[in-house]
Amino acid sequence: MANLVGAKIERKEDKKFLTGKGRYTADINLSKQTYAYFVRSPHARAKIIKVDHSKAMKAPGVIDVFTGDSVVKDKIGGLICGWKIVSQDGKDMKCPPHPVLAKDSVNFVGDHIAVVVAETLEQAKNAAELVNVSYKVQKSVTRTDEATKFENIHEGIDNNLSFDFLLGDKGKTDEAFSKADKIVKVDIVNNRLIPNAMEPRAAIGDYNASSDELTLYTASQNPHLDRLIMSAFNAVHPEHKFRIVSPDVGGGFGSKINVYAEDVVIAYASKKIGRPVKWVAERSESFMSDNHGRDHVTHAELALNSDSKITGLKVDTIANLGAYSLVLAAVTPTYLYAPLLLGIYDIPAACCTVKGVYTNTAPTDAYRGAGRPEATYVIERIVTEAAKEIGMDQAEFRKKNFIKKFPHQQCLVHNIDSGDYDAHLDKAIELSDYKNFENRRSQSAKKGKLRGIGFSTYFEACGVAPSAVVMSIGSGVGLWESAEVRFNATGNVSVFTGAHSHGQSHDTTFAQIVGDKLGVAIENIDIVHGDTDKGPFGMGTYGSRSLAVGGTAIVKACDKIIAKGKKVAAKMLDGKPEDIDFKAGEFILKNSNKKKTIGEIAFACYLPGTFGDVNSPLPEGVEPGLIETSFFDPSNFSFPSGSHICEVEVDEETGETKLVKYTVVDDFGTVINPLIVEGQVYGGVAQGVGQALYENAHYDKSGQLTSASYMDYTMPRADNFPHIALDYTCTPATSNPLGAKGCGEAGTIAAPAAVMNAVIDAVGTDVQMPATAEKVWKALKKNGSKKAAA
Amino acid sequence: MISINIKINGKKISKEIPDNILLSEFLRDNLSLTGTHVGCDTSQCGTCVVHLNGNSVKSCTTFVADCDGAEVTTIEGIANNGKMHPMQEAFKKHHGLQCGFCTPGMVMSAVDLLKKNKNPSEQEIRDWLEGNICRCTGYQGIVAAVKDAASKM
Repeated sequence: MANLVGAKIERKEDKKFLTGKGRYTADINLSKQTYAYFVRSPHARAKIIKVDHSKAMKAPGVIDVFTGDSVVKDKIGGLICGWKIVSQDGKDMKCPPHPVLAKDSVNFVGDHIAVVVAETLEQAKNAAELVNVSYKVQKSVTRTDEATKFENIHEGIDNNLSFDFLLGDKGKTDEAFSKADKIVKVDIVNNRLIPNAMEPRAAIGDYNASSDELTLYTASQNPHLDRLIMSAFNAVHPEHKFRIVSPDVGGGFGSKINVYAEDVVIAYASKKIGRPVKWVAERSESFMSDNHGRDHVTHAELALNSDSKITGLKVDTIANLGAYSLVLAAVTPTYLYAPLLLGIYDIPAACCTVKGVYTNTAPTDAYRGAGRPEATYVIERIVTEAAKEIGMDQAEFRKKNFIKKFPHQQCLVHNIDSGDYDAHLDKAIELSDYKNFENRRSQSAKKGKLRGIGFSTYFEACGVAPSAVVMSIGSGVGLWESAEVRFNATGNVSVFTGAHSHGQSHDTTFAQIVGDKLGVAIENIDIVHGDTDKGPFGMGTYGSRSLAVGGTAIVKACDKIIAKGKKVAAKMLDGKPEDIDFKAGEFILKNSNKKKTIGEIAFACYLPGTFGDVNSPLPEGVEPGLIETSFFDPSNFSFPSGSHICEVEVDEETGETKLVKYTVVDDFGTVINPLIVEGQVYGGVAQGVGQALYENAHYDKSGQLTSASYMDYTMPRADNFPHIALDYTCTPATSNPLGAKGCGEAGTIAAPAAVMNAVIDAVGTDVQMPATAEKVWKALKKNGSKKAAA
Repeated sequence: MISINIKINGKKISKEIPDNILLSEFLRDNLSLTGTHVGCDTSQCGTCVVHLNGNSVKSCTTFVADCDGAEVTTIEGIANNGKMHPMQEAFKKHHGLQCGFCTPGMVMSAVDLLKKNKNPSEQEIRDWLEGNICRCTGYQGIVAAVKDAASKM
């Protein structure tokens, strides 16, 4: 059998999606189903005086209305922050109460107040308009840089400051700056984004009063974790009687990690009324109530010596948490951000502060890359400015400061096991034809266009994560992953993974790994995920962890299958287990022509009767069946890296920026399926380009979200991109046996800096994201461009 | 309520329907053709694209009441006797889909493009698909798939 790992294999999951047979939560309809519609706050901040739902209760088709009083009465717990950060004064971060239905106050437009359950969706919507909420509207704050100066929006949280985080050695860094020959400074706004998975969130609660079992269908990236949180903290239903199913999920990008109020309320409502309750978000609800991402304001300084070497880095960031702290809200702008600020440079001293602030906006949390795009943007912008200020070539300056030897202990947190940064930069320079850039710039100038080039040489810490490490810095859970490999008696294989695929192609990638390990044809391997009733507890998919952590758990379970198979084969072949080799699906007795296929061994394990001249194939002490489970906890993060080079053309008259050339060379360690990995990179780059040029969540002064539809929030579309050129280098990861580093977030992490460095190179002056035509035109005007000034 | 006669994926259907029902709702809720998706509320995302009398339309802003006598083809109706349409095959070959949510609308738009322009350039493909948003693929696999399908159809 040819190697499956490394082959461009078409996806097993494609046919159902291509023929309209995908089964997303909204596609599910249950007998006696009812429909839910949420009453949400139209105000950014207000006290709730009264929620009067008496008229709604009498409206046609209405079954029940649940409010903040209902959930308090039934002791349903509020939403949680799953990773607590400690401030530099040693105090725990401050988290305001976050009820699933607001009772006393609302803190952002879209905050959830009540839910109406009716026989039809139309009836639920109509009745929701009859829920009369009396508010005392208060002043609100939405801007990140104004939060600490505004009155307290939550009682007892002074200056709206959740935490004041410090990472690094301040004394050593100050010393590096005092001796610096050159100090480079940048001010950066990392714009607020809305994840916008194409499938809006949805949930169906289905309570069975006879068995006391509660099933929740929900579009989630981590159904087991949802169940744990909803049992332990929200007290919706005991874990052993609670099943969560995340069927086909139409994209996540971090926005489907959280347990949302709607999940809890829909599950609760189904229990209360004893019938299935269905809720599907409208897109405007998704814009308002999905977790948002990014939203930082940062000042950064870089110290250089006279030899053009970086000697220190100082970063001060204010991160907008929104109105409440969600599950990963606090870790995203701290531990997922600050250590990554060092980039792939050998920087001996660094310190970073992060103030996490509350505002009257939708809560922020992980969005593809989660902290790492923000960090990469800071370091890649400041490195670019540094090279410019000292008059050095962008590639040369980077190479001069790259980490060269591995493993490398960075001065903040990470110990990078492997990499070769010159290799991917050299390859990207070659592939992008960097040497002829100035010719292309002249060609563009002849057409009246300003051409610019931008570099982004990034790394990321993914494969999250070693449990002991993350739990020591505030994580509420370990971040191992599980797998169960179940040989069926007829020789095919069911593989249960705790990871979840919502576009990542696990059905194919994991099957390739198992196929190679066990010598089973890929079509005889089924990857099962997304149902807490199937397979062991698992942590889900985010942080580019599925392959490095979940894939490794599968490898380890396969190893156990092989070890057991050897014992059985030894008995059947009349040898010793240590004399059995396993290769390409066959157990072979050394120095003989005696062998058994793995299918025969599986059959014997399930039917341990008489086989030929062997009485029972099972040696003493070996149990029947061929099922093995593994829980893998990695020893370290994995560290993909790469080089992106972007070229843009800016129209001097209109300020419009067009992406004209984009080159990517990544080091993901071992690549299982290049077709799938390329797709992850192209998609990631598109989201990064979206942040740089188009996307921006905007709240007006009264706290209204003015970018709550696809007519107001600019999504990147097919005509925004040129063909992206892509290649790889490979230094395998040492923290997992696959050598895999992870690829899901890389594009989104690297692209914003590459694009903005190119825009700023073209324009000749600073521009903040997103570089819309209006902003670029104004920058050109300020910079004295003749045409823009005319 | 009004009565309509409509042909969906080759099958004649006569029904009494409320006059405000949208084609996307009719397909999904009345006929269980859930391959047609709804991804927005402003007719922008394109996940609901079907063919109405041979032209791609956004079914989320089409009243069934306006479709009397019409022929509608959905993603469920383009395979031929279980054999996928060349566009579906090309999307598979070029990894033109990841989560699959935008895919039905994207495929239906792309099939319509090739009816109107048998050999589109890369830019023409990108311009045509401007009304279909994909958050996963960065469009590169989709564009490659449409080019490849054009060479085979």
